[in-house]
Amino acid sequence: MLNRPVFRITLGIAALVLAAVLVNACRTTGSAGLADGDAAQRVYVPPGQHDEFYAFMSGGFSGNLTVHGLPSGRLLKTVPVFSQFPENGWGYSEETKNMLMTSHGFVPWDDAHHPELSMTDGVPDGRWIFINGNNTPRVARIDLTTFETDEILEIPNSAGNHGSPFITPNSEYLVASTRFSVPVPQQDVSIDSYKQNFKGTLSFIRADRPGEMDVAFQILVPGYNYDLAHAGKGPSDGWMFFTSYNSEEANTLLEINASQNDKDFIAAVNWRRAEECVAGGAARTMPARYAHNHFDEAHIARHELKTEVTVLEPSDCPNLVYFLPTPKSPHGVDVDPTGEYIVAGGKLATVIPVHSFRKMIDAIENERFETVVDGIPVLQYEAIIAGEVENPGLGPLHTEFDGNGYAYTTAFISSEIVKWSLETFEVVDRIPVYYSVGHLMIPGGDSRRPWGKYLVALNKITKDRYLPTGPELAHAAQLIDISGDKMRLLLDFPTMGEPHYAQAIAADVIKDRQVKMYQLSENKNPYAVKGEGETRVERNGNEVHVYMSTIRSHFAPDNIEGIKVGDTVYFHVTNLEQDWDVPHGFAVLGANNAELLIMPGQTRTLVWKPERVGVFPFYCTDFCSALHQEMQGYVRVSPAGSDVPLAYGTGGTLTTASR
Amino acid sequence: MTARSRILLALASLALLAVYVLPLWHITLDAPQYPEGLGMYIEVNTIRGQNPGNLESINGLNHYIGMRPIVPDSIPELKILPWVFGFLIGFGLLGAALGKRWMLTAWVVLFALVMIVSLADFYRWGYDYGHNLDEATAIIKVPGMTYQPPLIGTKQMLNITASSWPAAGGWIAFGAFLIGLVALVLERRRSTRLEVA
Repeated sequence: MLNRPVFRITLGIAALVLAAVLVNACRTTGSAGLADGDAAQRVYVPPGQHDEFYAFMSGGFSGNLTVHGLPSGRLLKTVPVFSQFPENGWGYSEETKNMLMTSHGFVPWDDAHHPELSMTDGVPDGRWIFINGNNTPRVARIDLTTFETDEILEIPNSAGNHGSPFITPNSEYLVASTRFSVPVPQQDVSIDSYKQNFKGTLSFIRADRPGEMDVAFQILVPGYNYDLAHAGKGPSDGWMFFTSYNSEEANTLLEINASQNDKDFIAAVNWRRAEECVAGGAARTMPARYAHNHFDEAHIARHELKTEVTVLEPSDCPNLVYFLPTPKSPHGVDVDPTGEYIVAGGKLATVIPVHSFRKMIDAIENERFETVVDGIPVLQYEAIIAGEVENPGLGPLHTEFDGNGYAYTTAFISSEIVKWSLETFEVVDRIPVYYSVGHLMIPGGDSRRPWGKYLVALNKITKDRYLPTGPELAHAAQLIDISGDKMRLLLDFPTMGEPHYAQAIAADVIKDRQVKMYQLSENKNPYAVKGEGETRVERNGNEVHVYMSTIRSHFAPDNIEGIKVGDTVYFHVTNLEQDWDVPHGFAVLGANNAELLIMPGQTRTLVWKPERVGVFPFYCTDFCSALHQEMQGYVRVSPAGSDVPLAYGTGGTLTTASR
Repeated sequence: MTARSRILLALASLALLAVYVLPLWHITLDAPQYPEGLGMYIEVNTIRGQNPGNLESINGLNHYIGMRPIVPDSIPELKILPWVFGFLIGFGLLGAALGKRWMLTAWVVLFALVMIVSLADFYRWGYDYGHNLDEATAIIKVPGMTYQPPLIGTKQMLNITASSWPAAGGWIAFGAFLIGLVALVLERRRSTRLEVA
């Protein structure tokens, strides 16, 4: 039998352990973020039925764009943009590889951050979606009738194209701002001459003419880091707002050196004024080298290098740029649906500053300037601030709107989303997210007319949310119901690459405009065949062109002889099918590139350089029919200098090539 | 002919103009892989897919069973049929203008013949396509199986449910025939009454 003190101590320890277990259990339940009630029904899309929204998630470091359905979270498609995609031959086929050309040559990868839907009257119209490439500064346009990238423009005088591609309300311009300031023009200078030699650029890209994207003008600004942007709308239409940090102009250990100033700036740019200045001759033309790539009418990527760009200095165009002081290294800048409030998120801030557009105009008219930096007036903080949202969580980053008078802001450090009123600037609700949310997305949440209803949190850290898959985990998106007073977690779903930001649009806007196939009769590819009768093989020196067709379930020709080691063989494959969802694939043994997926009515070309003597098979990779496994052929490769005649055929004796 | 009969005959003849803009017949092929529908319309002078690319798709499917492709330009009847309807329209309008009863009778009889011959011909084409299969190139060979589409109605053929029904133009033509027939019946009744009187 235990004596009394020992018993008491034991009891005490037992009680403590029990308490700890209970507390921990509660916390575990809390941190699991369990969706409750009818959450399953809210996200359930029955078999054969469609989602309510298309969500376009940037692929981040995958360089792609992924398309998900909401509310189910189902992955519908990966659209290759800046990265080669062996799955369908994007960036490998002769018709598409020019799309990845830059002034640095072929760049088969990029870091894609911000999808941006085209707009009409400040509302997403579903014509196109744009996305930026951070690393080798580029912007791409994706056609939403085909879900295919069909234009890419490189940005000159830029580095780290992060603040991009934010669009004006009628898709007049996309912007591209430099996260990394660099010498403009580039030159060999010491890095610590940053303050003298480094500049930022704010580029305005003409966006509403397919095939004609171009840098309309660039505004040369002080050498800060320009981070994100959003266009004004309604009363503030005609303005573009860019956040900046590193107004300290540090060039090393930015973690500390760029966190010194209490406030950095939002650059408010009057782009209509810029248009006037450019039209009035205030801008200058500067030599530059940047690529413009787009599909021509034959659906072949054309690559051209442009040689000059229009540059505008704020000092040559008064009233063009104003700085709005904004606390603590601001990151996101978001304009509410009415166009009056400009909301900033400071990475290290404890409040959300909300600037008033009306007050900003008053301050400009009354010259309420704190100082002037490089010819750019800095407005007085007190003169432009509409309010500060208190207690918004730690590290507020990005804000979107539901169209019902509320704003939703992500807090990275405290890993939560807060809902606050645009009337009282008070927080009315908050919900934890798992873990460390960056952007958030509400369908149409950056537009004049948000669809609201759902919010997607795009989280940076996944940890234990799914079955573990080794050291690398899919990023976690979380779907939150915002239709009621309280936010409710509905669903977690994994995403591809880094879904840095996303946009969504009501499915009805685009689903009936989908191209189901290309008209074979309108195929303008010079190597197309319109029927099996046109298939053939031609030799031109050591180049061999195979004009090949596919139809269920054979290739024509499917036997080819007379290829020699040292030849370069072009397989120009036309898919003769005129039926929805019947692509054919083409793969040949030893190809050093990829396969092809050819859509109905389309022609795609794969280059093959045989290095060995032998007979090599090719086959269809996309399961097309009951006799898909029979869809195959052979190429005979003879030694260099062999006199085996070039011949080809399908299902009979071979035809000898005419030349 | 009474004014009423003349109006009916003129109306029936004019209604036949519809066959130049609306399809006569509609054949659908339902299979699980074609949720968006697969089928073809027979028009007065051609055959076309009900959706873009459908005719090519049907020919693509038919190649599995060794059926020869449907090539509208190779069907001579489709070159004659527009003239046949043109004649019926002209003859009917003339009959209405002249008010000759024999012309009304001839119109109805001719039209009935056109319908019978057309359907018989349609059946013959269907039989020919469905039975004369190329044994050498047929990929799917089911002993005893033929692939003649139904003349009117629905029939299951392997994984495909084939249906064949008149389309808008066909129904209107049939309606025009009925109007002509009604006019003829009314005329004959009237003459019977006159004889009795």
